[in-house]
Amino acid sequence: MNSALTFLLTAVVKILITIFVLLTAVAYTVWLERKVVGRMQNRWGPSRVGPFGLLQPLADGLKFIFKEDLTPPYVHQFVYIMAPMLALIASLSAIALIPIGPTITLGGITTPIQITGVTNAAGESSDIGIGLLILLGITSISVYGVSLAGWSSNSKYSLLGSLRASAQMVSYEIALGLSLVGVLMLSGTFSLREIVRQQQGGFWHWNFFGGFQFVAFFIYIMAAYAETNRIPFDLPEAETELVAGYHTEYSAMKFAMFFMAEYTNMITVACVASVLFLGGWSGPVFGPPILQSLIPIFWFLLRVFFFIFLYIWIRGTLPRFRYDQLMAFGWKFLLPLAIANIVITAFFIAVRG
Amino acid sequence: MVHLILFGIFGAICAGAALNMVLQKHPINSALSLIVVMVSLAMLYMLLGAEFVAAVQIIVYAGAIMVLFVFVIMLLNAGEEEHTKGSRVAMLIGFPSLLVGAGVLVYTLVLKGGNTASLAIGQFHGKAEDISDLLFKNFLLPFEVTSVLILIAIMGAVLLARKGGTE
Amino acid sequence: MVPLSFYLVLSAFLFGCGVCGFLIKRNIISIFMSIELMLNAVNLTFVAYAAFWQKLSGHIFVFFVMVVAAAEAAVGLAIIIAIFRTRETLNVDRVNLLKL
Repeated sequence: MNSALTFLLTAVVKILITIFVLLTAVAYTVWLERKVVGRMQNRWGPSRVGPFGLLQPLADGLKFIFKEDLTPPYVHQFVYIMAPMLALIASLSAIALIPIGPTITLGGITTPIQITGVTNAAGESSDIGIGLLILLGITSISVYGVSLAGWSSNSKYSLLGSLRASAQMVSYEIALGLSLVGVLMLSGTFSLREIVRQQQGGFWHWNFFGGFQFVAFFIYIMAAYAETNRIPFDLPEAETELVAGYHTEYSAMKFAMFFMAEYTNMITVACVASVLFLGGWSGPVFGPPILQSLIPIFWFLLRVFFFIFLYIWIRGTLPRFRYDQLMAFGWKFLLPLAIANIVITAFFIAVRG
Repeated sequence: MVHLILFGIFGAICAGAALNMVLQKHPINSALSLIVVMVSLAMLYMLLGAEFVAAVQIIVYAGAIMVLFVFVIMLLNAGEEEHTKGSRVAMLIGFPSLLVGAGVLVYTLVLKGGNTASLAIGQFHGKAEDISDLLFKNFLLPFEVTSVLILIAIMGAVLLARKGGTE
Repeated sequence: MVPLSFYLVLSAFLFGCGVCGFLIKRNIISIFMSIELMLNAVNLTFVAYAAFWQKLSGHIFVFFVMVVAAAEAAVGLAIIIAIFRTRETLNVDRVNLLKL
């Protein structure tokens, strides 16, 4: 009973810290995107509110809170209110599975830096045996937020946008899942902590370099861009195409929830890519034990920042796909390529061992 | 103790959502209740140690099949149900038959089943490695046959949903 | 410590709800969803017995039931869409003539 209580308390503390850090990160990812895209387009980006525009997210948050929250007539009330909540719940739940660092020891309690991780009496840390599958399941649930939002809004543009967005998300989920099977075969386990542990000790152990999973990495990146509805796959929410797609009829806080859900999905994808392909928290550590637990977090955040920058960079550079090109790309190019990657990886594993 | 509390919570959510599914008039509400049933069933599977089956339940049932249902309800814009004469007769017979049917099942399974053993959490572990071991050694033929079945289902669905009828 | 009978009672209740929905509902999609509920109830029974007898064959069978349910849902919904195109209604009481 004591260990269950310890687990519960440490989990609550970790959840509180994660929510605080994550929501701040989402707000400042929006700031980063506006700054970087502005600079790429040879303009300043937000620079008035505070130094370098750093208080812009605060101003945006206040604006969303004070805006009038109107509900259009003839919407399906329950589903209209629930859809953005569903999108946000799915996005935030995925962070619970991601291993951010090795174990940390504070006040006699040793716990892994991961919400769903435990340390048994012998000091070994482990997490859920099927972490990767649950992550894929949560990605499947996030389709509901999009499709229900568009349908319940009682508007042509919303319905069309949500149908396109859901079809796109469902199609690219397959390529996403299959691109991860190569990593799975190399590691032999679904547990994310174990996959990171097998990539420690130098960059040649990473699944990207030593495991030769660069094709899988690119498939994962492209499928993830389509899953999070970002350029070049953002036709369902492009302003010039469908007004605003599935979130046309949403205002103030509900729109802010969709916005937060999209950026949280971006951060989740960045975390998962760095865990599976780039070695998680591997990097040189030094110093006393408390520093040895905190420095890997810094290496992990460096990788996540690199991915978010890549997202924003591509957003500022590429035009968007047309819808039929988008679907053809997902089904006719990415899916066969992912299957070929699985076959070749399996062949190499069989030949090697 | 914790096992009983968790079973109580998820079992109550499951039963409540199933009852809600039957009692709602609009099909979208029924679909959402069914999604709640499936997710709570996945939690019950985890309590029974079947972690792989729970993950597959969420990915396949709650994440793919129910998305298909929600799509069709959205596309066909199915409205609220109307109560015809046939449905009132069915309700008159349906609810009592639910009680009788469930009662007979409960009586047979619980009182005549003879097995009242208990299971602690963590006693049985349905790991993915063991399941795949069985699937690819003992159950290889059904596994391959189901892949052919899915291929046939895909072809059938594409053919049926095509405009212009069959050619 | 939860006895096996608790899981079986829950499964029987879910199955009963599925049968009840199948008989009561007039919307073809709701009837289909009741069928899925019945399949899920059976899955729960399989997994419960697999845990109590400590055999993994129950999980394998649940896997196959899910696959068959997925295939059946896809084809069934395609049939529903095809019927809707010609009959313009989703009410089973109105689809009672062989020819329009």
